[in-house]
Amino acid sequence: MTVLHTEAPPSLAPEPRTLSTATVGADRAFVLGARAIGASVLAITGGIGVFLAIQAVPTLRRYGWSFFTETQWQPEADVLGIASVLVGTVTVALVALAVAFPLALATALYISEYAPLRLKSAFVSMVDLMAAVPSIIYGIWGFFLLQPHASGIARWLSTYLGWLPFFKVDTDPTAALWEQSRFTASAFVAGLAVAMMVLPMSSAVMREVFSQAPLGEKEAALALGSTRWGMIRAVVLPFGKGGIIGGTMLGLGRALGETIAVVLIISPSFDLKFRPLELGTNTVSALIAGRFGEATDAQLSALLTAGLVLFIATLIVNTLAALVVARSRSGAGTDL
Amino acid sequence: MTASTALTPPVVVGGSAEPAAETHRAPATWVRELEDLAPSAPAPRKRVVGTATATDRFIVTGSLLAAASLAWVVCFRLLPWAAVPGYVVTAFVLFLAIVTVATTVTSDGPMIADRLASAVVTGGAALVGVALVSTVVYTFVRGAPALPHLTMFISDMAGVGPRDPLTRGGVAHAIVGSLIQISIAVAVTVPLGFGTAVFMTEVGGGLARIVRTVVEAMTALPSIVAGLFIYTVLIVGLGVPRSGLAAAAALSVMMLPIIARAADVVLRVIPSGLREASLALGASRWRTVWHVVLPTARPGLATALILGVARGIGETSPVLLTSGAASFFVINPVDGVMNSLPLFIYTTVRSGEPLYIERGFAAATILLGLVLVLFVVARRVARPRTGR
Repeated sequence: MTVLHTEAPPSLAPEPRTLSTATVGADRAFVLGARAIGASVLAITGGIGVFLAIQAVPTLRRYGWSFFTETQWQPEADVLGIASVLVGTVTVALVALAVAFPLALATALYISEYAPLRLKSAFVSMVDLMAAVPSIIYGIWGFFLLQPHASGIARWLSTYLGWLPFFKVDTDPTAALWEQSRFTASAFVAGLAVAMMVLPMSSAVMREVFSQAPLGEKEAALALGSTRWGMIRAVVLPFGKGGIIGGTMLGLGRALGETIAVVLIISPSFDLKFRPLELGTNTVSALIAGRFGEATDAQLSALLTAGLVLFIATLIVNTLAALVVARSRSGAGTDL
Repeated sequence: MTASTALTPPVVVGGSAEPAAETHRAPATWVRELEDLAPSAPAPRKRVVGTATATDRFIVTGSLLAAASLAWVVCFRLLPWAAVPGYVVTAFVLFLAIVTVATTVTSDGPMIADRLASAVVTGGAALVGVALVSTVVYTFVRGAPALPHLTMFISDMAGVGPRDPLTRGGVAHAIVGSLIQISIAVAVTVPLGFGTAVFMTEVGGGLARIVRTVVEAMTALPSIVAGLFIYTVLIVGLGVPRSGLAAAAALSVMMLPIIARAADVVLRVIPSGLREASLALGASRWRTVWHVVLPTARPGLATALILGVARGIGETSPVLLTSGAASFFVINPVDGVMNSLPLFIYTTVRSGEPLYIERGFAAATILLGLVLVLFVVARRVARPRTGR
């Protein structure tokens, strides 16, 4: 005989278990430790920004807007301003971009579309290596190797294109003896050296985005009879637009803050001018490197203010670049 | 390339398969001979896709030669542009023009654009390659005269004047200084940087978001401003003398956001399935991080560290403001001024003394060699292990 138990088994009804998400023991130590490290790094890095901002207050209160409009930096005469160094910084950065942008684009396109498959990774390594070369090396390269040639290029530009205001150089073009020194130590030469540092950075970003261009659309373009350049123009470049803009702006951020190569090459001057080919310019970072030594407390505050302006400019450029690059990678157009 | 490569079906000889029907009785079922279909189904032949034809190669080679010669005439005979860069630029522009004209003879619009575009892109990439190679080679060549002297690596510049030959004095103090400074900086930044990255990815929360935003913002800090910050706070504010420690602090401030951000990127791409598997097996969060996440990320973290070190060891502007330049061995980082490789290069090159400049280039060669070694090691470490 089997006995049928008709009543329900005693406690099969689901009874919520008590789950604790509270961390205990080693976990608690881990979380607290990680949080402490994070907080301390926040304090260090954020502290720099706050410190710069606080240090800028006395300078800005003393000089007001004239700090941004005054061109001279003469602490002994109590005349301070960063107008000319800002213009110089932008000039050097623009020269660097004008050289680096087409070359970075060409390099990225070459590596992603033209290079033989076997050599591709070697070329990628070379571009990465280029980014790892210290800036002082580019500085001495620019100073000793590039400058003599670059002054020749500058002379050519000013001779034949001197009617353009930014290619003008204040020298006698018909002089029997070429005044080479007028064409050296200029924003142009410094910009060329900085371009070497900007280029690998922009190129790497561009290549990364190009390599994500949808393969199906590339093959479709080729299958429809397009040439390689037609395929690049129809698929790769539109897809990589964000990468091109973002990579260039990241490069601009690097170019704004570059110091040593610029200091080695330029001869400092405080004229407010936009003539990159001509002798003499100055940048914010070169100003700091040149003037920190003899600075009193007040001047140090002024230098820190200049540094803060540079930092904010770089920060804005980098943030915009990151936004543009992030949007370009949103995956639009990758579905097949 | 478009019209000339169109395949003409080969003529298939169809007479070889004559049936010998007279000698054998025909089978009940048989396969019909496909003689009549043979011409429309050519024998499969591997087609050559996308490579240059002989005509293409001829056009490119011929245009190159023509451009090189014409540019020589233009630069060295007709116009006063007798300089190497001028010659190269002229030759390249002429090459583009000649290629355009030559391609017009055989092909149409898109083809010309394609040819021009690939010439421009390849030319640009080649120019970049030349610039990079010239940088490395030039540094090595200029550094070569001073490098064979053993004293370069074992002695310092104490009491060595600008006229003293290269057999006296060396850069050992700068090498030692660089290594000490970067070691201190690494000892500070690695726990903090990697710890922050672990905090941002593994712990998370509102504070982590703030930390990430601030760290990303601080990667924009120009290195000279980092140096000026340490100069103002430590040297002017707290009265710490210029020393290796101050230089290491400046390097740390510069490297910390870079390393933290790079490590964050590495940790973020660890598949979350690994973490979940570890947690599901009952491991605590701490054990998950220590035994699963960090070992998985080890190659990436090592690459981040090595590239950060390569960046830090070559950075001049922070140490320019903070370390001072000693001409003798300084081992103790808190004991006064200390030299380092970038700073040594900077001061010697600016001195204008020919022998100092040679020493500077020798130091630059050593620095570049160090960076190259670090770079190769980073590549090795980053490469996924094979044979597993």
